[in-house]
Amino acid sequence: MTVGTEFWDTLGAMIVSPLMQRALVIAVLVGTAAPVIGTYLVQRRLALLGDGIGHVALTGVAMGWLAGAAAGSANVEAWAVPGAVLASVAGALLIEYVRSRGTSSADVALALLFYGGIAGGVLLIGAAGGTSANLTGYLFGSISTVDGLDVWLTAGLAALILGVGLGLRPALFALCHDEEFARASGLPVRVLNILVAVTAALTVAISMRVVGVLLVSALMIVPVAVAQLLTVSFRRTMGLAMGLGGTVCVTGLSVTYFHSFSPGAVITMLSVSLYGLLAAIRPLIRTVQFRVQRGAAAEAQV
Amino acid sequence: MSSHSAVPSVVRAEDVRVDLGTGPVLRGIDLQVPRGQALALLGANGSGKTTLVKALIGLTPLASGRVELFGTDVSARRSVPWPRIGYVPQRVSSSPSMSATAEEVVASGLLTNRRLRPEPGSRRQVRDALAEMGLAERARDSVHLFSGGQQQRVLIARALIRQPDLLVIDEPLSGIDQASKTALAASLQRLHRAGTTIIVVLHELAELRPLIGRAVTLAQGQIVQDGPPPVHQPAEPGHHHPDALPGTVFNGYPVHGPGVRR
Repeated sequence: MTVGTEFWDTLGAMIVSPLMQRALVIAVLVGTAAPVIGTYLVQRRLALLGDGIGHVALTGVAMGWLAGAAAGSANVEAWAVPGAVLASVAGALLIEYVRSRGTSSADVALALLFYGGIAGGVLLIGAAGGTSANLTGYLFGSISTVDGLDVWLTAGLAALILGVGLGLRPALFALCHDEEFARASGLPVRVLNILVAVTAALTVAISMRVVGVLLVSALMIVPVAVAQLLTVSFRRTMGLAMGLGGTVCVTGLSVTYFHSFSPGAVITMLSVSLYGLLAAIRPLIRTVQFRVQRGAAAEAQV
Repeated sequence: MSSHSAVPSVVRAEDVRVDLGTGPVLRGIDLQVPRGQALALLGANGSGKTTLVKALIGLTPLASGRVELFGTDVSARRSVPWPRIGYVPQRVSSSPSMSATAEEVVASGLLTNRRLRPEPGSRRQVRDALAEMGLAERARDSVHLFSGGQQQRVLIARALIRQPDLLVIDEPLSGIDQASKTALAASLQRLHRAGTTIIVVLHELAELRPLIGRAVTLAQGQIVQDGPPPVHQPAEPGHHHPDALPGTVFNGYPVHGPGVRR
């Protein structure tokens, strides 16, 4: 009885805490926006693109600190996210360039980005006089330190990502499903490719605060993989992944209010466990779906 | 100039050269396809058939020469009348990591440079296109679970949904069952009668023989034969090698055979 009361009290305290409110808003925004781009990346078999961009974002964080220090800013931390946005976009465009030229394989390009990004980040932070400890917040997420400005920045970028990802869905689906056919239909393939790359970069930049660069791709990809276990259409996969992403982010974040775990790790483990559970009971789901379909078909025939 | 001056050309290629990697894949290609013609592009593996159809619809850049589609230079992408062109690639390998229903794939055929979203109410069109290909009841199934022949029918439905005046179809007979081949031949025959210009890349005429009015044979990137289809097919070339090395000339076709040069 007392345990229950304590739980509700803590939950109540969580909901009225301004810090937690900000964090929850960001969790919902990021949790629903990240799988939108993730669905396109999975369709293109570029599931690891987010990781590559994430590593470059780390270099961007360090560049932001350096720039802030050079500008004599009192709060160099405020320069980190803009730096990450710029570096992510540049990295994503570079990968897209290599991919579209087809001269070297996309996975080698990704590997170069991975290692260059992380090494560059560590070196630049050393140059900026920081330590690896400063980086931890970006590697594993630091959603508990977000301020009002972060919320607005995240909301703006999330709106952009959702606008592109949902507004252009038919065209982006055509592109990711069969790029050659999209070109033979006269679609502006180059522009669409750049849009996918840039929105992927922005997704990484905003997800970084929630789960950290090491787990950023998990937020983009795992909800999609879970949704794919449950549905076959592209549209429904995306919708379901958005719902799942938002739910695991809010749930994971709330868990860390009760137990001091890393939010990024909890969120990722929740989605990976969900995947494992559903994959295990999938044969059962399929049987039920099949029966429902057959029932509907039989009804239609009557 | 034109040998078919009575009918305007749908496709006109002049001295086309395409380079891939180190050397030319296509050289000195001159080709005019008048409206309503059903043309087969024949040739061995690596002879440049697929590269040629891709060059004709602007998917492969030209090293030199020029291609016009419906009188528009294909390199001016914005002014090409894309809705009039339907392209069916060799089967796209669909992986389990992809999410797509037959309906969604076919709907993507409605998009063009002028239309990035399908019109509202296009669902009926999609259903009709799938029904035409005998896949009405599978509209909401995942395409990666389809058989080879069914996947190909989805891709044909995707090309036909925009009711193209020119249909370009790459190796439609390879790797599909006999029933699908017969059905495909009937569908193409219907389109041909309705006045659609058809360019089809083939290994052998086989089921499409009655449809084809003109056969163009490529060897090592050049046109070596252009005329009515060969009267008789050589003994069934069952020994053809889909895995033959690029550049290998396969002699199962009447490239220089009797009955072709008439």
